[in-house]
Amino acid sequence: MYGLLIFSIIFLATTIMICSYRAIKGPQASDRLIAINVIGTKTVVLICIISFILKETHFIDVVLVYALISFVSSLVIARHIENKGAKL
Amino acid sequence: MKIVLMYALMSGGLFFFFVGTIGLLRLPDVMTRVHSAAKCDTLGALLCTTALIVYSGGGFISLKLILVIVFLWITNPTATHLIAKAELSRHGNSGKYEIIDEVEVKKDEDI
Repeated sequence: MYGLLIFSIIFLATTIMICSYRAIKGPQASDRLIAINVIGTKTVVLICIISFILKETHFIDVVLVYALISFVSSLVIARHIENKGAKL
Repeated sequence: MKIVLMYALMSGGLFFFFVGTIGLLRLPDVMTRVHSAAKCDTLGALLCTTALIVYSGGGFISLKLILVIVFLWITNPTATHLIAKAELSRHGNSGKYEIIDEVEVKKDEDI
């Protein structure tokens, strides 16, 4: 059963690296924001799986706080793009 | 039975994450990338976390994971909607998108 969990975290880390290509090279600010949002969700699932591998169940509280911070940050940056229209 | 269910759910979630990542790389436009990223966020996170709920098998940890699922399903569509709205308000009038939104039509009639 550990094999599936370890394969899952390696796969998720690989897809996070592929997403960071779009976050670095995105032509507009919206592309970078979409990529950062997807990376945040993948990190939430990654920390959940790591908490089951290490048998540290209080990592799930960390997951809740991380999801909250990721949501607030993407909301604030979307509002900034909508108001200012800055080239980020 | 539990192991088979967990393998099926986890591989489905990883498949959706992979497809969302490929869509994020290959699709040509901001709106299509938003579409692909929203599918990846909601369904992939739901399937992977459900696999972990099956693995933990009831109790307080499953309740916390259900709370994570509820929180992700509230926040991720909201963030995606706000990103698409910001993109539309920046490039909506430049002729880049064909606007068929009823809100924009009502605003034009008011003006």
